[in-house]
Amino acid sequence: MSAAPRTATAGEGARVLSVSGLEKRYGETVAVDGVSFEVGRNEIVGLLGPNGAGKTTTINMLLGVLEPSAGTIRIEGVDLAAERSRAVERTNFAAVYAPLPGNLTVAQNLRVFGLLYGVKRLSGRIDALLEQLDLRRFRDRRCGVLSSGEQTRVALAKAMLNDPQLLLLDEPTASLDPATARDVRGKIRACAAAGTGGVLWTSHNMYEVEEVCDRVLFLSRGRILLEGDPRTLPGEHGKGTLEELFITVAREPLALEGA
Amino acid sequence: MRPGRVFAIVLRQWYLVRGSFSRIVPLFAWVAVDVVLWGFITRWLDSVAAPGGSFVPTLLGAVLLWDFLARVMQGVTMAFFEDVWSRNFLNVFATPISIAEYVSGLVLASVATSALGLAVMLVIATGVFGLSLLGYGVLLVPFLLVLFLFGIALGITGAALVLRLGPAAEWFVWPIPAVLSPFAGVFYPLATLPPWMRAVGRALPPSYVFEAMRAIVGGRAFSGASLAWGGGLAVLYILLASWIFVRVHRHAVRTGLIARYSAESVS
Repeated sequence: MSAAPRTATAGEGARVLSVSGLEKRYGETVAVDGVSFEVGRNEIVGLLGPNGAGKTTTINMLLGVLEPSAGTIRIEGVDLAAERSRAVERTNFAAVYAPLPGNLTVAQNLRVFGLLYGVKRLSGRIDALLEQLDLRRFRDRRCGVLSSGEQTRVALAKAMLNDPQLLLLDEPTASLDPATARDVRGKIRACAAAGTGGVLWTSHNMYEVEEVCDRVLFLSRGRILLEGDPRTLPGEHGKGTLEELFITVAREPLALEGA
Repeated sequence: MRPGRVFAIVLRQWYLVRGSFSRIVPLFAWVAVDVVLWGFITRWLDSVAAPGGSFVPTLLGAVLLWDFLARVMQGVTMAFFEDVWSRNFLNVFATPISIAEYVSGLVLASVATSALGLAVMLVIATGVFGLSLLGYGVLLVPFLLVLFLFGIALGITGAALVLRLGPAAEWFVWPIPAVLSPFAGVFYPLATLPPWMRAVGRALPPSYVFEAMRAIVGGRAFSGASLAWGGGLAVLYILLASWIFVRVHRHAVRTGLIARYSAESVS
């Protein structure tokens, strides 16, 4: 697999996300530079890259909280720029830098966000997610007093409330110990497999990426440099592991351009 | 507009207020202190002034009405600040909620909290100092309505200011009622003011309420048209404030300010 910009292989009807020519510029600075990719149903796509590569900027644009300078984003065929609410209804996210308000209990947070996302039969949905993510005993506890792992699970419960067709996860396991991280990965994978949606996942943990992602996109300087199966991509570029490939992308991106 | 999303903002505020002593007390404590303070001042003024005059309906009534406006404004900004303080912008604005729904939620939350403040003020002013707002007759309704609308406009503008300038700008918002009160002629006729302050006062809807209030208490005729003009101005200010908020939000989405607001702790 090679050179940027690339598009994914998902079939037309199977796409939950289609991004085309996405750009974000701040004056002369280009944060995201003509990125195009897709996410298919039941597919977990890893968005990888060094700090400042444009991952979070891309996710913010997909969430509709950052306006692209150019390009289009379609979530299940709905144009985000033209029909923001309709497009975002099908999306949800969890990010390490966006914890839920610590002054509300777990159940209160889930109820408020469930209403915001227009979740039907909300009480039942909250109960199911509390059970699924092993949060029942924290139901009436304020989120601010929970441990990092528990807060991450609450954020995931919020992210899954509306059974999103596109789930965006920005380093969801960044603050977790390895055992909790594995547990959380398992829960996300189970949810992705059970539903009909796709997942876009950023992480700096290459072991995690190999374990979870069906496909990865390597971003460097705002462009997609490489794309492919995380288990075979390192070999295709003469590297032993995904981590080695990541380091090459971070330090010598030019060596991989046009590869 | 989806009522469920508006309700979510109100519900969030309800959850926060009902479970927090430090949020419940300010809803009525400071306005109660104000009414008590001015209640005693008016009682003393009545005792030293010429017989026949009464400062209670003019001064204490004015304090009560002005505090109501301030409470309405703070009701909107407090609900907004909850998202600032909990770094919740990214979570909220990444949902399908529209700006109209979000602002409507803030306004409805303010209706509930300012009604509580008004009720407490009325109980103290009436029960302890003998103020009867019924003396204003049916005009009490337009008085409250104009002040409510202008309070909402100030609240939305304050929220926009903080969204644009950052969390520290909340200190610009708290004193807004105090800054406006000299111009609005809360305690004295606009004619007392120098021309330039009078001109500013005429642009403020509350000045029409307080002029009308003093006319009623003094047994003079007042112009219903001018009160209606004040109401029209208040509606205009709400539209202007909403436009400002939408513009500021659009700027925040264009520049990434919303995402950065939440990411402060990790940047």
